[in-house]
Amino acid sequence: MTYVRDVGALARKDLLLELRARDTLPAMLLFVVATFVVFHFSLPAHPSKLAASGLLWVAILFTALLGLGRAFLPEQEQRVLDGLVLAPCDRSAIWLGKSLATLAFLAAAQVVALPLYALFFRPLTGSQVLGVALADVGICAVGTFLGAMAVTTRARELLLPLLFLPLAIPIVVGGVGAGVAAEPGRYLVFLLLYDLLFAVICWASFEYVVSE
Amino acid sequence: MRSAGATIPAVGRTSRISLPALAASSLVLVTTALVFVFFVAPNDANQGFSQRIFYFHVSIAITAYACFAGGAWKALRHLWKRDPRADLESYVWVHQGLIFGTLVLLTGSIWAKISWGHWWLWSEDQLVLFLVLFLFYCAYFMLRFSVDPGPQRANLSAVYALFGVVLIPVSFAAIRLAKNLIHPVVFTRHGPNFGGWMLVTYCIAQVAMLVLAYTLYRLELSGKRLDGRLRELKEVLV
Amino acid sequence: MLTARRLGKRYGEKRVLRGIDLELPRGGFLVVTGPNGAGKTTLLRICAGLAQPTEGVIERAVERGQVGYLGHEPLVYRELTAHENLELYGRLYRVAERRERIGMLLERFGLWDVRHERVASYSRGMTQRLALCRVLLHEPELLLLDEPYNALDEAGAELLDAQLAELRSERTFLLATHEPARVEPFASGRLALAA
Repeated sequence: MTYVRDVGALARKDLLLELRARDTLPAMLLFVVATFVVFHFSLPAHPSKLAASGLLWVAILFTALLGLGRAFLPEQEQRVLDGLVLAPCDRSAIWLGKSLATLAFLAAAQVVALPLYALFFRPLTGSQVLGVALADVGICAVGTFLGAMAVTTRARELLLPLLFLPLAIPIVVGGVGAGVAAEPGRYLVFLLLYDLLFAVICWASFEYVVSE
Repeated sequence: MRSAGATIPAVGRTSRISLPALAASSLVLVTTALVFVFFVAPNDANQGFSQRIFYFHVSIAITAYACFAGGAWKALRHLWKRDPRADLESYVWVHQGLIFGTLVLLTGSIWAKISWGHWWLWSEDQLVLFLVLFLFYCAYFMLRFSVDPGPQRANLSAVYALFGVVLIPVSFAAIRLAKNLIHPVVFTRHGPNFGGWMLVTYCIAQVAMLVLAYTLYRLELSGKRLDGRLRELKEVLV
Repeated sequence: MLTARRLGKRYGEKRVLRGIDLELPRGGFLVVTGPNGAGKTTLLRICAGLAQPTEGVIERAVERGQVGYLGHEPLVYRELTAHENLELYGRLYRVAERRERIGMLLERFGLWDVRHERVASYSRGMTQRLALCRVLLHEPELLLLDEPYNALDEAGAELLDAQLAELRSERTFLLATHEPARVEPFASGRLALAA
């Protein structure tokens, strides 16, 4: 139970920090809308179902990367991460708390982005939205984990997209499939399995990312 | 809490097989494989002579997987058992994996050009998978070179190597699923029914590639260990 | 409480510590001195568990939750208030009677009036005092203090003196400093690091 409380305290801290700073979430919102507009100009009119779905996922992925790159910024400044690592709580709680907070931000950005997408391009199906939700979990779990890794390196946030995109490819496949395929169930199950598998790996190995 | 540091172990021989013996075996095996592939194996009914590159393409692919698995295994040993040698070994395995992976892309591309007239085919699962893995393990190197040598770099590399090995089956499944979206028609696999001399040739090629990979691994490992030892000695003298 | 034998630490090519032996019994007060770059900070980080030695052995008899570490950085979130920072650490360290303890520490270190303002608005001295609150919050057995007087103003330094005097008999200390004279009355052992 203390583990859950630790995660709660850490997630609350991250939400509080973003509420104060109010920079990441507005940036993500603006970015996703701008991306849609760019897509309109860079792609043919009336894109096919597959193409439109692809657009959505490119937008989601890169908006998420924007937020994820900054996820560990407060801890990076002045090495506050040391303070968290020294605490007796399980180190994986740091990852889980941060992931949950990032998930909240991503979901908040999508609450605006998805209706806009439906307005600009194509209406959304239920399975598509479910796909987005499941994919969000995977994106935040893996992205937060890699973000912690990236931030300790010399290249910092520059490294995150490089580390993350190969791992994000299955998510995109699942997400696009959930929206486009005749039988979305298969793709949704795939996303769920991806989430479970990588969440477990992240949870088990975060300890090693933050300690020597 | 108890923490102990570990120095780089001596460059003594740890395996019973010596490097010169390995190099010689590699040479013999690769030559034999070449002979078999070009002269002994029968012509493929469908694709003729060009199919022969497949013996190498597949055996190199399997070897690359084995290297990545080796990298992940050593990574696990580093994280779990705190084996002081494991970080370097993991890195060298991943390096070999990347080299062989690049060869997979090259041989696959050549085969695609000869058979289908295009230098790249998105319909070839193996090829696409290796492209994803190529990206992933290149990122591994970027990660490794972006951190100063030390326990942190070893930890990060090890964790990422483990992610990589999990990514292999997941990506494969994803690529299969993606094919359903893009090409509802499933392409029939190129491989003929392996029988007789074809199987023998393939086996020889596979063993040759595995031994070659192991030889290169040992070669690079001993080189890097020597470097480390030299640095250590320099320290003592200073 | 804390034992190190032939401890060494290397960062890539640079060797920061070499052949350190130390013995800190329970209730002791070890003062670590040395010029800049001698490795005082690295030594404390290793004792705290934030870094691993590259040579030698270190043994610490207490767990993470019983260690209080004050480094060069205050380890507090600048965008949160003093109260919020201590609340977070209080939860993570499972501090009993958290609210009372936080209130007591904030008052003792003269931060009660600014407790609901963001740390970013504090002076350096105030931030360091908050860091001291953070270190003492969970009543750790072992206190590792890296040049704690550095950022403090005179009033803050006197508060720290008082705290050290009060806790001297109950806890174990490892303190790195540029001015050993100030803590000389407390010291039970000394370790001088060479550059």
